[in-house]
Amino acid sequence: MAVRRMTLEAREARLAYWMLAPTFAVILLIVLFPVLLNVWLSFKPVTLADLRAPVPVANERVMQQPEDAGDELVLRLTMRNGSQRITLFGVDWQKTLPAGLTLATVEPRCEQDGRTVACAFGDWEGGYRETLELTFVADTAYLQAGSPDVRDAPTDMRARAENIITNLVFTLDNYRRVLTGTDFWPSLRITLVYTFFSSVGSILLGLFAAQLLNSRFRGQGLLRGLFLFPYVAPVIAVAFVWAFFLDPFSGTVNALGQRWDLLAGPVNFLGQRSIELSLFGLSFAFPLALASVVAFSSWNYFPFAFLFILARLQAVPIDMYEAADVDGAGPFAQFWYITLPNLAGILAVLFLLRFMFLINKFEDIFLLTGGAAGTKNLPVLIYDEAFARSDIGAGSAVAMVLFLVLLIFMFFYYRFAPENE
Amino acid sequence: MSATNVITRPTLSPASIAIAAGVGSLTVGMVVALWALVASVVGGMVTVLPLGQALLVGLALGAVIGAFRERRDTPLAIAVGAGLVVALVWLLVSGFRPLGLEAVEPVWGVAYAFIALAVAGQLVRYGLRDFDLRRPRRDVLERVIVRLLRGFGFSFFAVIILFPFWYMLSASLKGRAAMLRDPANLAIEFHLGVRQLLVGYREVLFTFDFLNFIGNSALVAFVTMVVTLVMAVLGAYAVTRLAFPGRTFLSRSILLIYMFPAIVLVIPLYAVFTQLGLRNTLPGLLIVYPATTIPVALYMLRSYFQTLPKDLEEAGLIDGCTRAQVIWRITLPLSMPAIASVGLYVFMIAWNEFLFAFMFLDNPAIFTLPRGMVMLDSQEVPRQYLMAGAMIITLPIMLLFFWFEKYLVGGLTAGGVKG
Repeated sequence: MAVRRMTLEAREARLAYWMLAPTFAVILLIVLFPVLLNVWLSFKPVTLADLRAPVPVANERVMQQPEDAGDELVLRLTMRNGSQRITLFGVDWQKTLPAGLTLATVEPRCEQDGRTVACAFGDWEGGYRETLELTFVADTAYLQAGSPDVRDAPTDMRARAENIITNLVFTLDNYRRVLTGTDFWPSLRITLVYTFFSSVGSILLGLFAAQLLNSRFRGQGLLRGLFLFPYVAPVIAVAFVWAFFLDPFSGTVNALGQRWDLLAGPVNFLGQRSIELSLFGLSFAFPLALASVVAFSSWNYFPFAFLFILARLQAVPIDMYEAADVDGAGPFAQFWYITLPNLAGILAVLFLLRFMFLINKFEDIFLLTGGAAGTKNLPVLIYDEAFARSDIGAGSAVAMVLFLVLLIFMFFYYRFAPENE
Repeated sequence: MSATNVITRPTLSPASIAIAAGVGSLTVGMVVALWALVASVVGGMVTVLPLGQALLVGLALGAVIGAFRERRDTPLAIAVGAGLVVALVWLLVSGFRPLGLEAVEPVWGVAYAFIALAVAGQLVRYGLRDFDLRRPRRDVLERVIVRLLRGFGFSFFAVIILFPFWYMLSASLKGRAAMLRDPANLAIEFHLGVRQLLVGYREVLFTFDFLNFIGNSALVAFVTMVVTLVMAVLGAYAVTRLAFPGRTFLSRSILLIYMFPAIVLVIPLYAVFTQLGLRNTLPGLLIVYPATTIPVALYMLRSYFQTLPKDLEEAGLIDGCTRAQVIWRITLPLSMPAIASVGLYVFMIAWNEFLFAFMFLDNPAIFTLPRGMVMLDSQEVPRQYLMAGAMIITLPIMLLFFWFEKYLVGGLTAGGVKG
């Protein structure tokens, strides 16, 4: 056997590929393949019900039971294609009869072989139905066996079906329906508004928090841990907490707000699309429910920004501030001319990161409002189309649009993010 | 006053008084608002918020403190004394309800008012300490504002972080009737006794089978963590230490993969898993979860491996170790802190994961905790139970997190001692 000598580099590369192979496999199967499948599905007329393999269904009913030898037994089969849309091919029905029954009906599709009666029904279109009565003549063997119920005899029914996912039926209907539907464009706008303001909100809160904790004092570590709470806690737990304390009637915020004369009456923070606000004599419609979910998401994700900003703040050379002190610059000037320029890079990266995460955030809005009151962002719309309305194809089409928007931001991130942030 | 004191008597400065009055007004406003909030949601008292009064009283308090400054500070006795005096005046003027209590025993109300305003006086004193306010430069004013902002900031974050978790705890111990009677009262009713307080937990754990869900969640999160760590350690090592074509591209793409949205993956995975019979199963979840966590784990470990010196490993290789031995004996022990933190992060992601659990699991026997929470969200189930469920899902991850914080700090300081 010839020993294949490999160069050191080649061996190293091969080892690297082996070590990365499991990661590649998993990501290929569970991330990249589904994305491609999503493209595929978005061009196909698929509903939720189509995902389960369609089966032929047959209900049996005994219409007449033999009393004596020579009497007839009539079995009625009520059959249908379990799917309304998918054709079944080569539908076969087969039953092993009790002893002593002979098929008497003249039915070209059925024949008896020993105790087995088999029918080949051929192809059934979606929604196909048929009722068939089979007559058997009973002899003494059947009666002596105690006239067993034929329905209990072993039955086998099978068919082949086209796989709705792998067939080659394509359509643009999903996109047409989604893009001309009433929900899509408002939803896109809501998504962008929600994403933008939640990103900005969480970064501003994070910046404020990082400024507070950017000095050494006792208990700083403990406080840092505490500040991470909203991010660490399961979103399903804190979303319910917010939904409850913002409740218009049994919520603490409304109760305290009214008692303290801050609110005139109960406010449905998560259920009211907009309220009239007047500011400096200008009145405008304020999107209340949307603002509430923005507040929740800003709260939920500020610790993420806080951690990054704090780490960056601690890397700002202290002598810059000392020099500024000597020059008589006040804290505002120092913040504006030293801190912010130093943070500019991380703030930009954070904004891109947060934007990319929040643009496809499903849980927050789904759990808080379910997409009601003008908060239905694209992820919730995807869920609504695919699962609430059972239209997998339409859901995939929305998902594709969302993914395209995301790709634009990914491109920017890839181009402009520094290598090690 | 004796004659000697006359020499050090502070000169009254209008600027100083004005600034102190402003600070005093805002400080007392904040103290009273915080006090009203705590008295209501922790103490269970019925409060109103006399914000206008508080701002006025604070103005007076601040003016007194500003008037009696000596060498850039106000004596402690004056700050606290002014607080007490102002409290007394406020008590008399408001008919013994200075802090907006509606019904509380007068003794306690009086005590609270004195304490709150003494504290406020002390805070105003701290806020103005070490500044020359007589001819305030612009940067001094800015520093005063910064201190005010810090005070406001700490109060603000304390409220927005602690309040939701306090609500969760309190509501999990409170029956529906008590909650409806006064939603602003979040005090824990200890007089009900432990059995009555914990009824929500008992119901959720046993009747709603959360005991089982805890097991499912722990299993899923643990397996996800182990699988992710094994794959990510291998991958991160390859990306940082081995040269191969495509390394740079891969290194930069990892985080992008993490950005691939779950909501885009969920429909195709739902379709495929339904057809493969994997949908309503825990193995199905265990295939999906590591795929969503490996990229970020690999990315974090990669960043850490880059900080490890290569020399040790090269020495090991020269001494005849295989790659596997090098990883096992040198790289892994050196990266324990990073592996622990990445492992915890992955555990947290899997423990908290909602979307796939919600979409995939229909069978209550294999629910994870987030899926179980959705089951509790119905008209028939009291909110108390839902909040008990929220506590059950939140507490373990919080405890792990706190344990880990200490561990991480310990690891870092130990490394520092050894140089």
